[in-house]
Amino acid sequence: MPPKQQMPQAPEWKRKVEAYRETLAAAKPDILVMVGSDHFHQIFLDNCPQFLIGKAPRYDATFYNEEREFGIPKYVLEGDEDMSRFMHQSLMDQSFDFAFSNELKIDHSIICPIITVRPQNDLPVVPIYTNIFAPPLHSPKRFYELGRAIRKAIEDYPSDKRVAAIGTGHLSLELGGPRQFMETGPDPVFDRQAIEWLRTGDVDAILANVTHKSMVESGNATQGFLNFILMLGVAGPEGADYVDNLDLFHTMEAYFTWYPKEQAA
Amino acid sequence: MSKYYVNKFLYTVDRDPELMKRYAEDPRNLVATWEQSIGPRLIGNDVEESTVVALTDHEREALINHDYVALFEMGAHFFLNLTMYIGIFDEPYIQKSGPLSFQREFAAKLQHWKGRDYPTVEV
Repeated sequence: MPPKQQMPQAPEWKRKVEAYRETLAAAKPDILVMVGSDHFHQIFLDNCPQFLIGKAPRYDATFYNEEREFGIPKYVLEGDEDMSRFMHQSLMDQSFDFAFSNELKIDHSIICPIITVRPQNDLPVVPIYTNIFAPPLHSPKRFYELGRAIRKAIEDYPSDKRVAAIGTGHLSLELGGPRQFMETGPDPVFDRQAIEWLRTGDVDAILANVTHKSMVESGNATQGFLNFILMLGVAGPEGADYVDNLDLFHTMEAYFTWYPKEQAA
Repeated sequence: MSKYYVNKFLYTVDRDPELMKRYAEDPRNLVATWEQSIGPRLIGNDVEESTVVALTDHEREALINHDYVALFEMGAHFFLNLTMYIGIFDEPYIQKSGPLSFQREFAAKLQHWKGRDYPTVEV
């Protein structure tokens, strides 16, 4: 897009995303566990899992209505059936009743992070979907515990391949309501607090303060924050190694990286 | 009231470029066609029909009138309700009033809900 047609934050956004991308490259991953949430693209209310894992040899990406609305091109992502199978069994063994899919088309919640942090799309993925917007939803604590369980599955995976987990969610966000598309997100106070909690790995404060009621009060789509809580579960109650954020016109973006402590040095 | 069926309408039409075009251009006809031959199908199965749900008059009128305020107020899912009408109105609004003008009008029409509990989207 010519610079004049870009939003004013575009150069800063590009800089920040490229810097964040480096934090993944530095980990030299071989497999990506991708945590996102289908937005009524393949999954609908006739059959709606709380948690689902993809187990396919590859995954098509981007639906017609996402191309229409967001201009995201089509992709094909390689899968890793062995890792998917191991992850699925491990999560079941850890008391997470996962639904699974052998023909899963990926939506923007997973393809956008690929475009931003791994645009060469050269690594196999294990997609994990969470329900963050068709209530009733699991509790923040359950999302954190799922993150811990995913971490254990990664640690237990009998392979010397290096696994990175990448998750996307939201800070405060309003969609289809009176606070949508304002100059800031609907609750900048929550956004700053949430970034601080994640920066310091303060899961106790999150679980003491964040409820479904509080999230909805911060914006009707704020429950996407549950995926951030899940990712803190993957990291464990640790301070983040990299933190950045950017105020986009209708929501705050935030970027966090945690390295396993034995490698952080 | 069948929130589920309203959402099923939004979901099945929004994902299909041909149905979207017909819904934008002639909503009354498209809603009638949908109720007759699309809505009753089980999703992902063109053979099996479901007899469980139907639209109420109020829901039907809201869909025919592209009335996203009424749909919000009856608890249609916010994501489907927004995506559908961005699909219909975003381009013409951009031509007339610039980027995000539709989204901001959408928000303005819902200002009376600010600070209140929104109608639940739970089905």
